Amino acid sequence: MVKLSDLDDVGVRHLIDKDCPPFEARPWVTGPPVAQRRVAIVTTAGLHRRDDRNFALRDLGYRVIPGDIDAADLVMTQSSVNYDRTGFQQDVNVVFPIDRLRELAAAREVGELADFHYSLNGAGWHPHEIEPTARKLAGLLKEDQVNAVLLVPV
Amino acid sequence: MRPPRFLWVPFELGRPFGAPNEPEFQTMVLRTALALLERDGPSPVLEDFPDDAPGAAISEEEMMGWTCPIPLANVVDTTTPELLTAMRVEIESLAPWHQLAEESRGRTATGVVGISIEEIANFLHALLDSVPENPKPNVPLGEAFRQASEEIKAWYQESATAKPGAATSKDLADWFWGGTAAGRLLLALHRVCLKSEDAGLRSVATSQLVPRLQQHRLGG
Repeated sequence: MVKLSDLDDVGVRHLIDKDCPPFEARPWVTGPPVAQRRVAIVTTAGLHRRDDRNFALRDLGYRVIPGDIDAADLVMTQSSVNYDRTGFQQDVNVVFPIDRLRELAAAREVGELADFHYSLNGAGWHPHEIEPTARKLAGLLKEDQVNAVLLVPV
Repeated sequence: MRPPRFLWVPFELGRPFGAPNEPEFQTMVLRTALALLERDGPSPVLEDFPDDAPGAAISEEEMMGWTCPIPLANVVDTTTPELLTAMRVEIESLAPWHQLAEESRGRTATGVVGISIEEIANFLHALLDSVPENPKPNVPLGEAFRQASEEIKAWYQESATAKPGAATSKDLADWFWGGTAAGRLLLALHRVCLKSEDAGLRSVATSQLVPRLQQHRLGG
């Protein structure tokens, strides 16, 4: 995640003014070493398969990215214009490090990759509005036996 | 927020793994993030990634400013009625480079709207004077407008990065918004669509068209 100090003034104010009620709990779960973990990526970059539904302006849904996705099949329809997309245009891995994860799995530094990864549109809604979707995703990840999630904001 | 494990990175928004086409650096960021899973608590474990992204340091040569390697006509004096013609000329100049970018990367981020870049230019230009037919009938007009404006930006920027060079994301944004007819058209559409009868067009013009860092070009 980018630091506030690296953002423009208006961007900082926009984030600070968001209604983000504090979480009451502070979850902490331990598990096996990374080399034995099953890892999924959850991105807020609004990525999806080219033929999948585009993300709308205030989209609280999610899109499924199959584990064997060809990175060339990914497009981005996130609704914010206030971040760089030229990096993604040149290399998917700068926002969705699927090739890097596959390399670490091949080198046995990571146990294995999940069957499915997930994408959200990380703009246009308040945190409490996305909670039902987050809970759904947690259930899906659990069903897929995932025990490590890389949450990647954009 | 109270994330259990969190890696702060000194990279710009939109590039959480640092820089494109830098696999070793991306792997370093990924390893650092995954290593947090093996740290002892208590929660939260917050860590700073220590290195800047490759290319983040600006050299003296780069301080002179990036210029697009593909020469385009000067748009400074282009008036609104001439924008479509100017965009068509730009698209013709950039098309071979877009083709090269697509071939060398094996992919393109464009193609979301489902019509050609020339048709996107026509649709966007038509919005200056009327509410044209929706080129993507399965989504509301405002959404088609948003996607079309994103698509034309992506197409131009993919073309401009086909040649190797030291363009930063800011260079590319400044070039698009300040040096192309397409950028000038989107700036003109901001004014027009803010007054549109279509609520979707108004909504996009309000917050999903011109990035905050380029809004100084909107004038008073």
